[in-house]
Amino acid sequence: MKDQTHKSQFVILDLPPKPENLHVPGPYTRSPSLSPQLNPAAEPVSVTIDGKEVKVPAGTLLIEAAKQAGIEIPSYCYYPGLTLQGACRMCLVAIEKMPKLQTACTTVVAKGMVVHTETEEVKNARKAMLEFLLTNHPLDCPVCDKGGECELQDAVFRYGAAETRFMEPKLHHEERKFSSLVYYDWPRCILCYRCVRVCDEGLDVNAYGIGFRGAHSEIIPNRGEKLECEECGMCIDVCPVGALTSGTYRYKTRPWEMTYSGTICNHCGDGCKTTLSVRNNEIVRANNRDHSGFNGEFLCVKGRFGWDFVNSDQRLTAPLIRKNGKQESGTWEEALGVVADRLNDVLKQHGPASVAVIGSNRTTNEENYLLGRLTRTVLGTNNLDHHRTADYGSLVRALTEVKATDRYATIQNIYEAPSILVVGNDPTHQHPLVAYQIRQAVRQHNAHLYLLNSREIKLQRQATHSVTVRTSGEPDAIRALAGIQAPHAGLVVGGTGDFDSFREGLLEESDTVIIFGDEIRGKDVADLVRWGLALPGRTRFVALGDYANSRGAADMGLLPDVLPGYLPLPEQAARERFEAAWQFRIPTEPGRDIRSILQGAQSGEIKALLVFGSNPVKTFHLPKEQLSKLAFLMVAELFPTETAEAADVVLPATSFAEKSGTVTNSCGQVQVLKKPMRKAGTRSDLEILLALAGRLGHKWAYQSSDDVLREIIAQVPGYAIALPNLLIGRAVATQPAGTPPELASADLIFSSRDSLFTSGTLSRYSWALNSVDEAKRPHGHIF
Amino acid sequence: MPGYDNPMGNSPLEVKVISKRFALPNSASLDVYLQHDGYQALKKALATKPEDVINEVKNSGLRGRGGAGFNTGMKWSFVPKQSAKLKYVVCNADESEPGTCKDRPLMEYDPHQLIEGIIISGYAIQAHQGFIYVRGEYRYLLEIVDRALAEAYARGYLGKNLLGSGFDFDLCTHTGAGAYECGEETALLNSLEGLRGYPRIKPPFPAVLGLYGGPTVINNVETLSNIPHIILNGAGWYAKLGSPKNGGTRLFCLSGHISRPGIYELPMGFPLRRMIEEVGGGVPRGKRLKAVIPGGSSCPVLTAEEIDVAMDYDSVAKIGSMLGSGGVVIMDEDTCMVKVAGRIMRFYAHESCGWCIPCREGTSWLKRLLERFHSGGALPDDPDTALDVAYNILGKTLCPLGDAAAMPTISILQKFRHEFEEHLKLGYCPYEKKAVSVA
Ligand SMILES: Cc1cc2nc3c(=O)[nH]c(=O)nc-3n(C[C@H](O)[C@H](O)[C@H](O)COP(=O)(O)O)c2cc1C
Ligand code: SF4
Ligand code: SF4
Ligand code: SF4
Ligand code: FES
Repeated sequence: MKDQTHKSQFVILDLPPKPENLHVPGPYTRSPSLSPQLNPAAEPVSVTIDGKEVKVPAGTLLIEAAKQAGIEIPSYCYYPGLTLQGACRMCLVAIEKMPKLQTACTTVVAKGMVVHTETEEVKNARKAMLEFLLTNHPLDCPVCDKGGECELQDAVFRYGAAETRFMEPKLHHEERKFSSLVYYDWPRCILCYRCVRVCDEGLDVNAYGIGFRGAHSEIIPNRGEKLECEECGMCIDVCPVGALTSGTYRYKTRPWEMTYSGTICNHCGDGCKTTLSVRNNEIVRANNRDHSGFNGEFLCVKGRFGWDFVNSDQRLTAPLIRKNGKQESGTWEEALGVVADRLNDVLKQHGPASVAVIGSNRTTNEENYLLGRLTRTVLGTNNLDHHRTADYGSLVRALTEVKATDRYATIQNIYEAPSILVVGNDPTHQHPLVAYQIRQAVRQHNAHLYLLNSREIKLQRQATHSVTVRTSGEPDAIRALAGIQAPHAGLVVGGTGDFDSFREGLLEESDTVIIFGDEIRGKDVADLVRWGLALPGRTRFVALGDYANSRGAADMGLLPDVLPGYLPLPEQAARERFEAAWQFRIPTEPGRDIRSILQGAQSGEIKALLVFGSNPVKTFHLPKEQLSKLAFLMVAELFPTETAEAADVVLPATSFAEKSGTVTNSCGQVQVLKKPMRKAGTRSDLEILLALAGRLGHKWAYQSSDDVLREIIAQVPGYAIALPNLLIGRAVATQPAGTPPELASADLIFSSRDSLFTSGTLSRYSWALNSVDEAKRPHGHIF
Repeated sequence: MPGYDNPMGNSPLEVKVISKRFALPNSASLDVYLQHDGYQALKKALATKPEDVINEVKNSGLRGRGGAGFNTGMKWSFVPKQSAKLKYVVCNADESEPGTCKDRPLMEYDPHQLIEGIIISGYAIQAHQGFIYVRGEYRYLLEIVDRALAEAYARGYLGKNLLGSGFDFDLCTHTGAGAYECGEETALLNSLEGLRGYPRIKPPFPAVLGLYGGPTVINNVETLSNIPHIILNGAGWYAKLGSPKNGGTRLFCLSGHISRPGIYELPMGFPLRRMIEEVGGGVPRGKRLKAVIPGGSSCPVLTAEEIDVAMDYDSVAKIGSMLGSGGVVIMDEDTCMVKVAGRIMRFYAHESCGWCIPCREGTSWLKRLLERFHSGGALPDDPDTALDVAYNILGKTLCPLGDAAAMPTISILQKFRHEFEEHLKLGYCPYEKKAVSVA
């Protein structure tokens, strides 16, 4: 009998059946008290901290109130924006009339509270916590990546506990490789759970959990032996110590041996600020070091790790010139000479209409502006376009027509919005920062999220209402929402409810931010805008374009019928404006759009094509021979792409990390690129354009991209921005107004539908982005 | 008979209230229960107003038997009357405190008494769902309790419209997976929700924000087993059983160096000396008493000189210890207190959930220090370091487990410092006469 009893203790799986009618609510939720909310409506609370009185909004945490009084209370587990833990006990302070020390990170201020943060008792408690943390800590600072920027080092430096009384053998667990990009060193981990929370609450990925207990507790992946996640590396960023290290940075350098340049990520159209850390002219790390800008500490996997294409050994570093059918290296002088000569030949023989130019989604505004000038003046043609990934023109036109050009939403607007409608697109993959800000808006401010999509997307987890429509059904759904046409049968195929509750829900909201992807273009944009502006409050809009300067390409007029600032080329006044600035005549006829250019190349009507930072062969799935009829093809590129391989001259261009200038994100916010390094043998598109203009007989007076920027500010409607704001690192919003011609054909707008791990051509040359297992999963796979 | 030795003691000094049915044949069955006042209290309670039930419990002076000794009726009264979220009652049957084994017979011999108590508490706060959180190792008890629940459902004591009163109540069991920390009320709630058994930040207290965010009352098995008696016999009767502000009786678990170990139901305020000498028959083999843990391993130890104390919450607190969970551990003169300290700390280091720094690192450090010290590796600074480390845990942790680990250590280091000095001087344990390993 005894044995039986004993044995049965270990059989815990076959639990007896439970009563059926368990009164248990749906999914498990964490206690709401773990994310306190400010209450700005209530009377501000006044507290005294170390003799200083501060008045703060009701609901403020003591640790934040102290900050406002200029008093720093040490903390590890507390991390603004993430749920409270009360775990590290570093923030213990003395509060009068309380018997024990209290954690400042979990205490909400109360009226008349008197707090002391520097009593002997408090100081001893801090020292004690640090002594505890160091007991099993390896103290391998000399070889730790974090050495020099470690919050544990900093706290011991400040508060003591440098002498150890711990005489026992230290506990040890082996280091683990969580993924090719994330490593975990258990002995260094102080178990602040920041990584766990940022992954769950920030990314909604929840890749981390905690294994074992007590002194053996460790951070473990939640899905098997390794990380299955977005690989964004946010966990590494928030880790206060060297427990989580980056697969690309570890053991490479010491923090003080690098130079730091704040610049802008060159991948998607969201425009995250990032700091490139450079050593020996090589990028070794990217993180938004000062947490400035609208992305705070956020970077997605592309921003944090996907810069390594810059260091790729497949970069082009010398011009290639086709000789006897083969591309051979040559000098810049030679290459530029060939380009000028061949262009002159074609222009002379076939006229400007036989020349065309394709621009880039990633080059700077200054470069794009000059490319427009070169095309329209030096080459004398409007055959100019780029791969358009969002219909910015129609948005500008629609807002201008109803005098609502103050309704472009910024990234901050998305974060602060009480209500957000996303039409089409999959921001989790295509616009990671936008997705992040939407999630934060929902989690931190209870924003209501409305999704209208023909795909099942991950943001549905945060959605208040979602409607799934049949493939390409988004425009019909907009017309139905707007009451322009009744929803036809079979339009709605899924979601949280019917169409009517979706619409009625939106009608009760105010200040909605409407975000749309390439599914909505041309007249559909006008329908969406008209209906959206009729919603309560100040509705604002964002069109999501794929890449770092997709918006800038449109803004700077890399279009056959639109001049910079969305001025319609057919209008004389518009042309005159730039003719005056450029001191040259602009051809009056709109040029060929990109599809027409590529057809012309095949049919022989286009003889010479210049491609800057674009890979149309891949993007438009062109057959290999399509460009072979061209008399001359020049490509300025970083890599030997499919298009570059077909070129007569390939000019090795610099990447975003090797040039200065400005870029404009999807929301129309302009930011500055800083140049932390150079790459031998390459030249920026700006330098190339200046050289070409010169060789083709045009004297341009620009000395640098700054000169071009000043001209943009002066000439381009909507870009009259305050230079100082830009130069101190702010994202400056633009509000373009213009009535560009209507979109000629819907198929001119299409997104590449990049995944989290792809970024057009660039990602193909990134070791990091290709190293993670998740990148090999079917597109769209989410966690 | 159950599949293990009967843990109940037997003494004429006992006052049997909650253990009065234990000796009946088939005592766990509903029929036997019904023959002995079973579910009469429920009937009575359902006929009174919920607030009156709460007041009755408040006035009875019943204090939580889980360890902290908070007035039970008072705790119930903190539950808001109106709540948008569902309310819950949770019975804490995670009994894991070393030295404590009283919830076990309560569930084994009289599960219906507990079930009745839970239903009444549910009625008092107007909750309609209860859970009994049983420690994972009590698997065999789970079966007994589940059988009792099934019987109660079958006969209409659980489910819809209890006894025709219109009050609905559902109750089921849930097992822990073997973590002491899951007995801490908020860790228990997390565990019950399917999360890791980490404690929550308090405030908010469970009475306001508990299980699934709803107002929740959590009480110990013994606490709830008293409820039917209070309702049936009245608060005044119950209060008079014990000492002032310490109503009723309590199950004391006598273990260690005692002649008649076992569980005894004695009135609150029963003198500790008599408990050891008369109820338990004293220290065996004529040995002298050295120390007593009065209420489970979390309490500061008492020396032989300190046992003239009434065993109620306030009296024991007055002399710097706690009545705790009723686990009275008696140690004779041959006991090495250094070894005791090390053994207790081994438990807490093993059971620390690891959430907060001082408990996680402190218990692990102290365990290693004390075990090394006892096994011949004593260093002169160790006692002072240990004392300081324990104080660095005390009062600085998220949940009381840290305090529970620190307090016995501090008391042993202070009251038995000379034993540490002896280890130091000899280089080995004076009781085991050689360097030993406690691992
Ligand atoms: C570490 C720890 C373990 C505990 N374990 C138990 C337990 O096993 N059983 C129990 O009833 N209470 C336990 N408690 C006390 C509970 O937190 C809680 O106070 C009790 O369940 C309340 O019930 P009561 O008021 O009826 O005593 C524990 C507390 C702590 C801090
Ligand atoms: S790995 Fe870093 S962030 Fe995560 S718990 Fe450990 S110390 Fe904190
Ligand atoms: S969200 Fe976009 S801009 Fe931000 S880091 Fe990722 S790719 Fe770069
Ligand atoms: S005191 Fe111990 S058991 Fe309690 S939360 Fe902290 S580590 Fe966990
Ligand atoms: S910062 Fe307050 S407990 Fe960690």
